[in-house]
Amino acid sequence: MTTPVIGDPPLLEVRDLQVEFRTREGIARAVNGANYTLHSGETLAVLGESGSGKSVTAQAIMGILDTPPGFVTGGEVLFKGDDLLKMSDEERRALRGESIAMVFQDALSSLNPVFPVGWQIAELFRIHRGMSRRDAMKEALEALERVNIPAAKDRIGDYPHQFSGGMRQRVMIAMAIALRPDLLIADEPTTALDVTVQAQILELMADLQREENMGLILITHDLGVVAEVADKVAVMYAGRIVEQASIEEMFDSPAHPYTVGLMDSIPSLEARAGELKAIKGLPPSLVALPPGCPFEPRCPLAFDLCRQVVPPPIVVGPGRESRCHIAEEVRDGKR
Amino acid sequence: MGAYTLRRILQMIPVVLGTTFLIYTLVWALPTDPFAGRCGERPCPQAYVQLMTEKFNLDDPLPWAYLQWLGGLFTGNLGETYTGLLVWDQVASAFPNTLKLATVAIMFEIVVGITAGVFAGLNRGRFIDNLVLLSTLALISIPVFVLGTTLQYLLGIQFPIFSPTVPPGAPWSSLILPGFVLGALSMAYVARLVRSSILENMRSDYVRTATAKGLARRRVIGLHVMRNSLIPVVTFIGADFGALMAGAIITEGIFNINGVGNLVYRGILNQEGALVTSVVTLFVLIFLVVNLIVDLLYGFLDPRIRYE
Amino acid sequence: MSNPISASLEATDQQGALGTEGTGKPRSLGRDAWEDLRRRPLFLVSAVLITIFMLMAIVPQLFTRKDPRECDLLRSRQPPSSEAWFGYDSLGCDVYANTIYGARSSIAVGLITTVLVALIGSSLGTMAGFFGGRTDSILSRTADIFFGIPFLLGALLVLITFPSEPDTPAWQTIMKVVVALTVLGWPTFLRLMRSSVIQVRSSDFVMAARSLGAPPRRLIRKHVVPNSLSPVIAVATISLGGYIVAEAALSFLGIGLQPPVISWGSQISEAVPWLRVAPHMLFFPAIFLSFCVLSFMMLGDAVKDALDPKLR
Repeated sequence: MTTPVIGDPPLLEVRDLQVEFRTREGIARAVNGANYTLHSGETLAVLGESGSGKSVTAQAIMGILDTPPGFVTGGEVLFKGDDLLKMSDEERRALRGESIAMVFQDALSSLNPVFPVGWQIAELFRIHRGMSRRDAMKEALEALERVNIPAAKDRIGDYPHQFSGGMRQRVMIAMAIALRPDLLIADEPTTALDVTVQAQILELMADLQREENMGLILITHDLGVVAEVADKVAVMYAGRIVEQASIEEMFDSPAHPYTVGLMDSIPSLEARAGELKAIKGLPPSLVALPPGCPFEPRCPLAFDLCRQVVPPPIVVGPGRESRCHIAEEVRDGKR
Repeated sequence: MGAYTLRRILQMIPVVLGTTFLIYTLVWALPTDPFAGRCGERPCPQAYVQLMTEKFNLDDPLPWAYLQWLGGLFTGNLGETYTGLLVWDQVASAFPNTLKLATVAIMFEIVVGITAGVFAGLNRGRFIDNLVLLSTLALISIPVFVLGTTLQYLLGIQFPIFSPTVPPGAPWSSLILPGFVLGALSMAYVARLVRSSILENMRSDYVRTATAKGLARRRVIGLHVMRNSLIPVVTFIGADFGALMAGAIITEGIFNINGVGNLVYRGILNQEGALVTSVVTLFVLIFLVVNLIVDLLYGFLDPRIRYE
Repeated sequence: MSNPISASLEATDQQGALGTEGTGKPRSLGRDAWEDLRRRPLFLVSAVLITIFMLMAIVPQLFTRKDPRECDLLRSRQPPSSEAWFGYDSLGCDVYANTIYGARSSIAVGLITTVLVALIGSSLGTMAGFFGGRTDSILSRTADIFFGIPFLLGALLVLITFPSEPDTPAWQTIMKVVVALTVLGWPTFLRLMRSSVIQVRSSDFVMAARSLGAPPRRLIRKHVVPNSLSPVIAVATISLGGYIVAEAALSFLGIGLQPPVISWGSQISEAVPWLRVAPHMLFFPAIFLSFCVLSFMMLGDAVKDALDPKLR
């Protein structure tokens, strides 16, 4: 973890981001004030279950939210100090792919099926750098080599469906890092892959991040992935970041009951069969959020205050926050 | 790919044989007397009947007669009509007109159909989308002969913008209205197909990737979405080419076009066996060859298709 | 997926946890489709129209008290008036009464043809798809042969081979058209059902039933057919409109239904030469024909969407 120089703006700072989906059934508040900061060379894992808003946050940062139904209704996304949300469409477009890039979950459907992979990577160089077809192809080949695709030269003309799952995800990564972006967002990059391949892909991403000193946001629901590569963690629940901590702190002393629940649900060698604990219940509907803490109905520690007041972010350590009324007691394991 | 093509061509042979035999049987095994009404009011003279029976092998058992006809087909001898005209000449003079008519119809499908579908698909739920959906629904439910006669009356006679009939030689300008009528139904289908294909592709993940790459919306839609959306459309239009030629009977009749459809219609009414079998065989061949080309084209357009 | 919000979130946040909840308990597809259909305006409009047309076909007396065959040459081609809303045709028959009575034969041809084509095509298709191998080859190649013949031309040929005379009973004339259309129409349904059955045959629940020792007959009746039918039902509804058009086209060419059978196609055919002086003769039967076709197409579209689990 690099220590930021005072006065130098962080690579990315998300402040009180609000995103809603306007649907026929009502307004679904997908993100309710997300805050996080990321510096160059840092890896932030955004952890949460499906529907917690972790992907929507990333899409809002990237500027690829489906509008309608999705709308950013408030907050700031500062990239090197400039608010992305205040930029013109053209300025944001120029940043996409060039400075901020994204890796998606399902490489098979995320790559265009009718163009060769080399062509799809070369397209970046042609659009952003105005390169000729031939030069762009040369760069595309180099990008494929950087992600260790064997015999990249022979495979540059192949179509996405001709690659194996792991190789396809490498192509996806090659495309994302082709223009050497400052920030890489990976949305569940290993979920669709076999366990053995998962490790290779994570390792590749960690290596590339180190070489390029990129900032990396890793969106996942897999605690194993988090433990392996992340520096710090933001846990999302019902559109809010309920806990932020360094990776060690989170595993050692989680300060939010939801995080505690997530930790308990990890199967371990010591735990005998039948002792696996799952968090009971389902997340609340985003259309009708409860007036109090959204986790209250599922929380084993809930009390009266939780039903009435949404917990504010409570600082529970240097750079550590938790949105729980009794965060410190939870952190210290007193409750 | 070469092996695939060869196998497909070999597979076509039994289909061609079966179809032509079916047609031949239908035409020549007619329970009615082929000479009824052929010589005016009186029954035909015995000598004429004998001559024709010999010429068309009407006395031979059906399979043998069929084989003789098939042999003739391969040597380019399509036979004669009862009045002694060469079938080959008749088809050769009518065929170009039908080809031109079908081409005009296809142009309408491509230009109007695709454009309407693209506009509708990109403006889902807006006025233009509803307009396209409604007008295509109307075109689909109005039968071609109603459309043809009505437009001929309105635009050919009431407000003479187009010529109501097509003169011999069928100049292109005279084929605009008939071409529209012939292509209208498919044009509506093409518009709807393009629309739904675009909507489906716009939702797909690769569009999000293309946007995340920093491509302008124009390029995302114009290149990435279009390239995928048009695959089913191209194959539909290709396959339609064969169907249009055979389906031109009604349009050619309404606008009095000297085409193959008109020819075969008259042949059926006059029970001109040689003519009908030849033309239908021609249609079947066109249909099969066009389908083969479309299948090969499909593999060319969509790299995911593999020929084994 | 019943809840569009979870659906829209699902689309952006792909993990499937929300999805399992929606698709958890399998309700019967038929019931689901019906629930879905009832809420579609497209379905309601077309159902109302089709009910009206059906009533017209079964009890035309409900709609007109005039006899379509009561004609008077003195009234030949008179335009619409308060006396006769749709005017009179060449023979001086009431166009409105004829149009109402024309529904019966047009719809009868469409309905009977569709039932026959779907029955023949899908039973052969089930055999081809389920047994595969040689059965499949023979059936599929035979279908190819019939499929290769241009539809209208083939129907024309069949009809000219078995011509109808003015003294042929009406039901015979109608059945000839039905047979002509059926002979050329069944291969479409064979192909449809075949590919549907092949898909279902290799699904887990059929495998399970097979491994439990269910005999082929039971397998087909209880598992394969009910689960492969939905595309056939949707296409059949759309085809019904298509067959009504085909009948009208044949009658227009003077070879399908002929007088004394009353049909929209033959009415239109008779009206064409008089288009300049009496457009009303063409207009009214054409409108009825178009709306009838339209309502079956719309119904088919609605049914197709309702039966498609992907769109749910």
